This record gives sequence, C-alpha cells and structure tokens, in this order.
Amino acid sequence: MKPTFGQRLDTVTRNSLPVLLTLLLVLLNVIPLHIPGLSRVMPVLPLMAVYHWAIYRPQLMPPLAVFLIGACYDVLSGTPLGVNALVFLIVYGVVVFQQRFFVGKSFVVVWLGFGLMALGASVVSWILVSILAVAVVEPKAVFFQFILNFSFFPLLAWLFLYFQNAYLKLE
Amino acid sequence: MNEGPQGFIRIAQPIKGLAQRFAYIGLIVAAFALMMLGKVDIVLVERARTTITDTVAPILDIVSAPVTSATAFIHRVEGLWGMHAENQILRENNERLMQWQALARKLEAENKALQKLLNYVPDLSVGYISARVIADTGGAFAHSLLLNAGKRDGVQKGQAAVTGEGLVGRIAGVGARSSRILLITDLNSRIPVVVGPNRTRAILTGDNSDRPRIIHLPPGETLSPGDEVTTSGHGGVLPVGLAVGVVATVNENGASVEPYVERDKLELIRVVDFGLSGILRKQVIEETPVSATYPEVQAVSEEKTGAGEVSSEQ
Repeated sequence: MKPTFGQRLDTVTRNSLPVLLTLLLVLLNVIPLHIPGLSRVMPVLPLMAVYHWAIYRPQLMPPLAVFLIGACYDVLSGTPLGVNALVFLIVYGVVVFQQRFFVGKSFVVVWLGFGLMALGASVVSWILVSILAVAVVEPKAVFFQFILNFSFFPLLAWLFLYFQNAYLKLE
Repeated sequence: MNEGPQGFIRIAQPIKGLAQRFAYIGLIVAAFALMMLGKVDIVLVERARTTITDTVAPILDIVSAPVTSATAFIHRVEGLWGMHAENQILRENNERLMQWQALARKLEAENKALQKLLNYVPDLSVGYISARVIADTGGAFAHSLLLNAGKRDGVQKGQAAVTGEGLVGRIAGVGARSSRILLITDLNSRIPVVVGPNRTRAILTGDNSDRPRIIHLPPGETLSPGDEVTTSGHGGVLPVGLAVGVVATVNENGASVEPYVERDKLELIRVVDFGLSGILRKQVIEETPVSATYPEVQAVSEEKTGAGEVSSEQ
C-alpha cells in the first residue's frame, strides 16, 4: 500500500525533528540571558542533543547534519570555524561505533557516558582553540563549562525523551 | 528507552556501512579544512560567517527581546526593595555631582579659551549608532556579542563599541543587518592603552577570563592596583581616552584589569564612529562640518537614541 502525500509529509516532519530541535538549541544557546557569570560558562546545548540522538535515533541524525550543526554553532558562538564541527563529529562517531555499550542501559549509565564525552569534548576544544589562537585559553572557565554541561544533561535528555516517545516511536 | 535491543541493532546497522564510514571520515577532514581556512582568514569564510549571522539575526532579534524585557522587569522589582535607601544615596551623590558639574563648566570654559589661544585643532567629532545586543555568544572559548545593526546602519569593521561605563569591544565582523563585537576579554582582543598617572603605554590583551591582562609594558615601568586604564589611540584604530577599567592585581607576569563594563548587563550598545578610517576621509572631515560628512550616522543615532546622545558640536 502506497502512503498518501499527507502521511509522507507527516513522516518527513517527524523524522527531521531531531535535527530541527538541535538547530533550535544552537540559537537558544546564544540568547543573552543577563544572568551574572553565566555567559562565560554557558553549556553547549547542541552537544547534548547530538549525543542523545546518536544513541537513540542515529539514522535521523546523519553525520552531515552533525557537521553542519557544529559549523553553525561555530559561526554563531564565534569559536574558530570547524572546532565544534569536529568535536560534535567525534562525539557522534564514538557513540555510534560503540552502540552496543549504550544499548538498553539505564539513564545513569547514559548520563555518565555523556560526562565522559563532554570531558573529552572540552579537552579537545581547549587544545584546538589554544593551538589556533597561539595562546593558552584560561582552563578554569572551560572546566566550569564542563561541569555545567554535565549537570544540564538530564534536563535536556528528559525533553528529548518526551519528543522521542511522543513523535518518534519505533513501530 | 523502551525499545528492545532488536530495535537498536536495526538502526545501528546502516551506520556501519562502508559508505557511511567514508562519509564520516570525509566530514572529519572537512572540519580540519574549515579550521585551516578560518585561520588563513579568506574572504569566503568571512562572507559565509556574515551570511549565516545575517540570516538568523531577525530570529534572534525577536527571541531575545522578551528575555531582555523580562530581565528589565526583574531588575525593576528588585529595585523597589532598596528604593528608600538608594534614594538617600542618590540625593547625596547628586549634591556632590552638582559641585563637580560647576567645576567642569568652569574648566570647559577655561579649556576653550586656552585652545583658542593656542590655535588648537579639536578632535574629530563623533557619530553614534545605537544597537541592541541580540546574542551573547556564550561559552568558554570566545567572548563576543551580536548586534542588530550592520552595514545598512553605518556600522563598519574596527569601530569601537561602548556603553556609558566604558569600552565594550571592537566590531570584528559586519553583515548587512547584524554585526559582531569582539569583547575586550576575548583571546584575540588587543587594545592599545595608557595606564595610570604616568600614562604608561601598554597593550591590553584578553585571555577569555573576565579580567584582561596588560602586556608589553615599557621596561622599568611599574603599575599599581587602582590605576586607571584608558585607550591610547595608538595605531589609529580606536579613539583616545575611552575608559576601559582599573588595574586589579599586579604580579610578576603582568597586571590584570577589571573592566568597567559588566558583560551580563549589556542590553544597548553604542557603536562609535570617530572617523579614523583613513587619511583621505580625515581631510574631508576637517574641511566639512560633521553633519555633512555623516548624514546617515547622525540620522540613525538621532532616530534610535534621541537627540540627547549625539554630541557633535565642534
């Protein structure tokens, strides 16, 4: 039976949800919140999205999308172009190629896994930005940003799981 | 998390295909290529940056507005609490400032008279472009802001961005309707400054912490905490005498500076056009009154800020 146009449109919309949500997070990430001290250590929200969808719906978050999301984040946040594109791709790659490790694990394991990934992401970004700027980036802010990344994850993961269960159920 | 392992294996399968792996490796290489291109700083990368920024600027403009008003509202409510005590302080301040104002008027008159005596050529007058901060590009790796004004409003690369408190940063990139400010705390920021009562020349450099450092002090010069830091105007990029901050700590590696401007409170910013963009233009400016040279800037600043902001008397 051939799906109708409406059904196909519905599927396409649902399937592009992970990428669209992640792009939205890229924008939200740079809204000025006027909270003292936050802007210096603002968590990298799209990183959490990439990690989450790489575990649960990798086919809806293709590598090219990950690359473009990273590049957009670089442009908007003013980090050297390509740094986050690379970091997001590495996180994505590690998760997808280690799929077995994450399969069916409890949320705590997924969270701790994100902690490891975020730590790696912070270290890699720190090294890359320092090399590209030919200067040492102050590590304190990078460390606090990692702490915030780690503690923000459950909140976003809960939101993603909601979308996943509501719109992206596997038949 | 309610799918069985079957589901996972099925969706993980296609990713492991050979073509997918090649695509993945290709993208990793592309990311490195982007870094190289960005480092070489070719026009294409710059244009791509401004195009993306310009595209999302209207969205950011709309989304950031309610956040800004909400913060303003919270501040207002907070302000109600300490109003009485604050009033008292303000009244005392006002009295003190009135005396200063009288003194300033006297000095201004004196200054003018002396300038006339010396045939002194006055500094170029300035035009302001006021703009709203639509993005604070958070994170530990870059300190910059996006503004909702660009080329069509008269913003140009290299112009100074200031608030009433002092220097915020410099315009690092301009699109048609948005522009990026590189904050003085950013790793890539280098501002020529003069420090302290001796007017020691130095360079203020950011390191992505909230306190930029002073480097390239002339040998034998020392600084002490509390010294005032202002722009020196050397290199002809920024105007002379913009307030930047005060020296906070001094150690053997140099000094750190506490900026006057608090990044988290920035909502409206003025981009300052001092007419320092080149020799040719300077000659034109000296021969013609400012309002004739910068009609569009004058118009914009008057329209956006009200006439009170424009100080263009010669």
